[in-house]
Amino acid sequence: MPIAVAIALLVLGSVAFHLFSPWWRTPLASNWGSIDSALDVTLWICAAAFILLNLFMAWVLVRYRNRPGHKAHYEPENATLEKRLTFWTAIGIAGMLAPGLVAWGKYVSVPKEAAIVEAVGQQWQWSFRYPGPDGVLGAAAVKYISPDNVLGLDPLDPYGRDDLLVEAGDLHLPVGKPVKIVLRSKDVLHDFYVPEFRAKMDLVPGIVTYFWMTPTKAGTYDILCAELCGTGHHEMRGKVVVETPKAFAEWQAQQTSFSQILADMPQAAISIMLIKANACTISAPRSIR
Amino acid sequence: MATTLADDLRPLHHPRSWLTKYVWSQDHKVIAIQYSVTAILIGVVALILSALMRLQLGFPGLFPSIQPDNYLQFVSMHGMIMVVYLLTALLLGGFGNYLIPLMVGARDMVFPFVNMLSYWLYLLSVIVLVAGFFVPGGPTGAGWTLYPPQAITEGTPGHQWGIATMLVSLAIFVAAFTMGGLNYVTTVLQARTKGMTLMRMPLSVWGIFTASIMGLLAFPALFVAAIMMLFDHFAGTSFFMPTMQSMGRITPTEGGSPLLFQHLFWFFGHPEVYIVALPAFGIVSDLISVHARRNIFGYRMMVWAIVIIGALSFVVWAHHMYVSGMNPYFGFFFATSTLIIAIPTAIKVYNWLLTLWRGNIHMRVPMLFAIAFIFTFIHGGLSGLFLGNVSVDVPLSDTFFVVAHFHMVMGVSPVLVIFGAIYHWYPKIFGRMWNETLGKLHFWITFLGVYAIFLPMHYLGILGVPRRYYALGETAFIPESVHLANEWITIAALIVFAAQGLFFFNMIWSLFRGPRADPNPWGAASLEWLTPQTPPAHGNWGPHLPVVYRWAYDYSVPGAARDFIPQTEPRA
Amino acid sequence: MSLFTRLAEKSWEPKSDRDLPPDRPSAGAVGLSAYVAVACVMFSLLVAAYVMRMGLHSAMGHMGSDWVPMPDPPLLWINSAVLVGSSIAWEVARRARAQGRAVRASIAGAALGLCFLIGQWMLWRHYQAAGYYLAANPANAFFYLLTALHGVHIMGGLGAAGWALIGGNIRHIRLCALYWHFLLVIWILLAGLLVST
Ligand code: HEM
Ligand SMILES: [Cu+2]
Ligand SMILES: [Cu+2]
Repeated sequence: MPIAVAIALLVLGSVAFHLFSPWWRTPLASNWGSIDSALDVTLWICAAAFILLNLFMAWVLVRYRNRPGHKAHYEPENATLEKRLTFWTAIGIAGMLAPGLVAWGKYVSVPKEAAIVEAVGQQWQWSFRYPGPDGVLGAAAVKYISPDNVLGLDPLDPYGRDDLLVEAGDLHLPVGKPVKIVLRSKDVLHDFYVPEFRAKMDLVPGIVTYFWMTPTKAGTYDILCAELCGTGHHEMRGKVVVETPKAFAEWQAQQTSFSQILADMPQAAISIMLIKANACTISAPRSIR
Repeated sequence: MATTLADDLRPLHHPRSWLTKYVWSQDHKVIAIQYSVTAILIGVVALILSALMRLQLGFPGLFPSIQPDNYLQFVSMHGMIMVVYLLTALLLGGFGNYLIPLMVGARDMVFPFVNMLSYWLYLLSVIVLVAGFFVPGGPTGAGWTLYPPQAITEGTPGHQWGIATMLVSLAIFVAAFTMGGLNYVTTVLQARTKGMTLMRMPLSVWGIFTASIMGLLAFPALFVAAIMMLFDHFAGTSFFMPTMQSMGRITPTEGGSPLLFQHLFWFFGHPEVYIVALPAFGIVSDLISVHARRNIFGYRMMVWAIVIIGALSFVVWAHHMYVSGMNPYFGFFFATSTLIIAIPTAIKVYNWLLTLWRGNIHMRVPMLFAIAFIFTFIHGGLSGLFLGNVSVDVPLSDTFFVVAHFHMVMGVSPVLVIFGAIYHWYPKIFGRMWNETLGKLHFWITFLGVYAIFLPMHYLGILGVPRRYYALGETAFIPESVHLANEWITIAALIVFAAQGLFFFNMIWSLFRGPRADPNPWGAASLEWLTPQTPPAHGNWGPHLPVVYRWAYDYSVPGAARDFIPQTEPRA
Repeated sequence: MSLFTRLAEKSWEPKSDRDLPPDRPSAGAVGLSAYVAVACVMFSLLVAAYVMRMGLHSAMGHMGSDWVPMPDPPLLWINSAVLVGSSIAWEVARRARAQGRAVRASIAGAALGLCFLIGQWMLWRHYQAAGYYLAANPANAFFYLLTALHGVHIMGGLGAAGWALIGGNIRHIRLCALYWHFLLVIWILLAGLLVST
């Protein structure tokens, strides 16, 4: 008996907890409402199953508890019942899978007009790169990294010269414009995660990963790292500022481009950089459009 | 009715001294106890680590000796010990060893010597694992997933020696498991007694059998991954190591693929979840059926579901990698296959409930644990659907929702079954009864406590709190109330932690002072309760092997004199 | 009786009360086939990793120095021939009726197996001398890894052979022979992979 009561109370308690606890999704600040609704559909179906199954169990525990004169019923199987249950389960599963897959379909197809921004992770900070006026990110790789070229741009790639570099600063995005966030890591795995955007993706050293989204709400949000990357994992923070296109353009105008950085470098350092880069061009990575 | 199977003629290896009887023993029951005790002891280490982590999360800064590095080391060791060295070893090495020969009517495992070797290798793997705590730099802090490149590069605790002991220990564990697994599978296939058809085996055996096959096929992936990472670490190869910048220098490694490791790891890691779950499924089915005095409902469906789950779980591994940077189109396939597994899993839940339905339910301690398992498993199974459903996983992955989910489904649930199973079989194993009041107290605190720990974690995860965080720090979207929640979770965890003392006290005290147990105290129909001696002697069955005439679930058969008919009772 | 009929048995019904088929394969045979399955999985995973790692360089934009295939020295072929010879000897042992012949043939098989191991060792030395170091290239790393794991299995086989011969048990000798054939098949597949890429 007490266990039946406990189960019933736990079900009620869980529902109450769901309704009254202060913890729920952060307010959405991107286009990924479809992810939220897929989550909601999943939640409703699962909640129904949770409540029904457990209340059924609680009732059974009371109704069929051992007491004098009570005997169990012998029934090895009931094919019809089992088939029906399978069928309805399959319906429920399909019902939640469908919106999930639809949302994923959107997640994996980047719109053509999406702008490109690169986020570069390293232990334990974020840097960013914008493609500049030509709209193309120049090629970059870890092997080009030097104290003067912290993001590892290929100095021989003309597309890279106008790229704007934001080293350990904030990421700025114009509100309402789809953006493809290209991700690159200088050392280990990291994960670009802004809870309000819902989207996230790992940074994998050696390859370039990406995801896309449209920021829909101006504001400043925390960027967290969501892939264990060592001692400072929990302190690997950044900020993303979503602002009006006008404010964004003004901000962008103040950023330094790669050619400006090169211009500030002593000639000797540039020569060394170019010689080194030439040595590894045989396997030059491609620019990202 | 003397019956002999080919292998029954083989003389058993009879122990000659105390040492060969209890230490270098080849008796599956002794080996089972050795396995269980070792697993539980190392499990206690993992439990202590969890308490330390909770102290840090609940009261950040209160324990200055817990630094970020320590926290990550605790997380990693806790996770790996719980999953591999406690649950896998206990459910297969412990329960598998004890139950298989007794339940299928064999005298022992078919390769007793290999079985003994399996235990000693397991013990060696545990020792190497523990050595990790004492090497310079301490144990690895790369998470239980051990992802390269961080696992072996500077910036991660234990990247020098801790990771090496971990990998070596895992490789030894795999060898140990393979020896054990070959035994379990072969014994089930080959040494069943007369009349024990496959479909007359108790579901415990089905669960352990299927899990053993899965383990045999999944652990090689871990083995290979561990060896390759050891090469990368010590020989400077670049299987998994790309060109990267480490501590200001560009590494000489080139072109290696961290994703390759992840694929290998999860090709093992996902089946591993079911390697832990399937034995628990099987065992809990038996507990429910015995204590509800009712045949298991839909036995055939239950067996098929176990087999189907086992098979399907080899094609879902990349659901752990939706946001890993692998080709995103894989997401469609893996989401679908993952959600399809939910169907046989749901059928199992229905059949447990339908077994209770119209039963005659005795609320003994093992049954309480079984009921609690159904509750937590429904919860954990359902939250798994969120994570399997690709796009829904995107915001939730690597948050506390994941932590809550897997604790509910593969932490708490199997552990509840293990407790239930220990209470259930203790009278057979040691011939003594435990104390009922203490058992109930242990049950209530554990059950309610773990739910209080893990239910709120789901909500923290939905809010966006990431996992493996030493401290949350100043984060705009995390309200003050989260810190309060963390305090309460920690308090619940400490209570649960302390309550395990009741269990240990009860088990040890009853070993000496418990009343003598009836050979078949629950009135169970399966073979292990029908041994001539309690506890069973070496060779299990006395001079003659039992002969089986019916399935293991003849409970409350209409017209029968008692409410159960032992498997050995001939049909009229 | 097929597996499916067995799994469809309604074991609670009285008519399900029948005897088991009397002949089951021996425990050793069952255990061996299970182990073969394990080893197959292990080597298949390695081959999958090999292919994935090999294909990666182009996808990742590293087209130059990353994957450089190794040359195939004649020793590779000689070793393979030795292993084939060893398998033939084991097959003779497996078919032998008389104990003595079986023992002699299996000793020959084991000896050839040992020669194979020594040959593999020389192959390693050869590659080392030619500058194909383990860490120099992923192709080399895979070569050493695969041959090492295969070699360990051969050593295990030699150990088992020694044990079977000491026991003089003809059933065990037959199982050893089967294991040996399995290792030969694995080796042919691995060598094919190494040579063709
Ligand atoms: C009352 C008991 C337990 C408590 C309080 C507890 C607590 C925790 C905590 C606090 C974490 C770290 C969360 C984070 O920061 O990411 C964790 C991780 C983990 N736990 Fe437990 N745990 C318990 C039992 C178990 C059991 C029985 C298992 C068996 C499966 C388990 C498996 C894991 C795993 C696999 C991880 C992940 C490690 C990682 O992130 O690498 N835990 N647990
Ligand atoms: Cu991180
Ligand atoms: Cu999984």
